Amino acid sequence: MHEMSIALSIIEAVEEKAREEGAGKISGVDLVIGKLAGIEPESLKFCFSAAAKGTLAEDAVFMVEEPEGTGECGDCGMRFPVTFYYAECPGCRSLRVKIVSGEEFLIQSITIEE
Amino acid sequence: MCDTCGCSSDGGAVLRKPGESDYHVHVSEGAHGHPHTHSGEELHAVDHHHEMHHDHGDGSHHHDGAVRKVVLEQDVLQKNNLLAERNRGYFEAKNIFVLNFLSSPGSGKTSLLEKIIPLMQQRFPVAVIEGDQQTTNDADRIHALGVEVIQINTGSGCHLDALMVNRAIRELDLQDNSLLCIENVGNLVCPALFDLGEALKVVIISVTEGDDKPLKYPTIFHEADICILNKIDLLPYVEFDAAKCRENALRVNHHLEWFEVSVKSGEGLAEWQEWLEKRLVRH
Ligand SMILES: Nc1nc2c(ncn2[C@@H]2O[C@H](COP(=O)(O)OP(=O)(O)OP(=O)(O)O)[C@@H](O)[C@H]2O)c(=O)[nH]1
Ligand SMILES: [Mg+2]
Ligand SMILES: [Zn+2]
Repeated sequence: MHEMSIALSIIEAVEEKAREEGAGKISGVDLVIGKLAGIEPESLKFCFSAAAKGTLAEDAVFMVEEPEGTGECGDCGMRFPVTFYYAECPGCRSLRVKIVSGEEFLIQSITIEE
Repeated sequence: MCDTCGCSSDGGAVLRKPGESDYHVHVSEGAHGHPHTHSGEELHAVDHHHEMHHDHGDGSHHHDGAVRKVVLEQDVLQKNNLLAERNRGYFEAKNIFVLNFLSSPGSGKTSLLEKIIPLMQQRFPVAVIEGDQQTTNDADRIHALGVEVIQINTGSGCHLDALMVNRAIRELDLQDNSLLCIENVGNLVCPALFDLGEALKVVIISVTEGDDKPLKYPTIFHEADICILNKIDLLPYVEFDAAKCRENALRVNHHLEWFEVSVKSGEGLAEWQEWLEKRLVRH
């Protein structure tokens, strides 16, 4: 279950940042997980309660923004929404589609209390 | 709990070597490490970060409780990716060609290595890193070929990461201008996300798994450079459309190199070997 090891690494990263900022508590963590990132936000959230136990983020609220996938056709240049990698260009039927967004997986920000 | 030394390294990965039952090295994740008191410390590459300060509850710094937002915009996998780049730099400096083999359990990763390594060894030194949750079975099979090998037991972990590989390569005697094969934990989902520093990712599927696998697990096929369809000797007995599978795989990733082999009968292996040798020479 990679969500657990990812949850742990997120907790580690936000704790490090919070300490740097001299915070005593992390009350919120904002994540960006693109729809194509290969991460299940629900299972990740599920892991946080266990991963955050005994850390500064123990009571943090985890918010996830999930940008939609966007593909760009390598043949005609058209941009269009995609739900997965095997996208086909709706304009010219080409399969040479490059994913230009939706693969993000970021810790956007944290809310801390001194 | 570590079954060799009895320490409580819950879930942490452990390195092992075939035929050396006393040998084991813990791969600790840093900040989640724990005090570790061992004799024979030289065998334990445990990384402990003791700079964590658990000073809540002492009441000494309750300020005004100001709340503020701090922007990070940090890639979650950044730590792994940075370490993977360090591994990659090491491999490049020594001109080691590294393949990361990915598949669901039982597709034939170890069998393929057993078959291909004796052939490759005639021209290039070969070493292997084996990833499994438990046992040194696969490393034992590779060891029997007389090849430098180390086993990573990931415990509860479902994939190898760059840190485990970083530790493993310190324990291996890797030669310049060689081939390093990393067999990932049998899993078609999680290993796709973790760069290990390899040159290429090789995904293996077998004809007993269904020709829609690339559509069901697109991430791994999207990340892979090479796809090997194995067990084609079984094609007469199963409902599996190899052409359809290839088409599905290429829809997910149009750069994918495609091979069809039977490790058992040897069919198709010469093509794959030839391709691999060309890449090694060019490398
Ligand atoms: N019929 C047939 N069987 C094969 C072939 N290749 C491998 N097998 C069998 O498939 C089974 C699993 O092979 P392994 O090489 O252990 O598979 P693996 O991918 O390393 O498995 P894990 O490490 O457990 O994920 C063994 O019983 C092999 O003998 C093949 O080409 N044809
Ligand atoms: Mg194996
Ligand atoms: Zn188009």
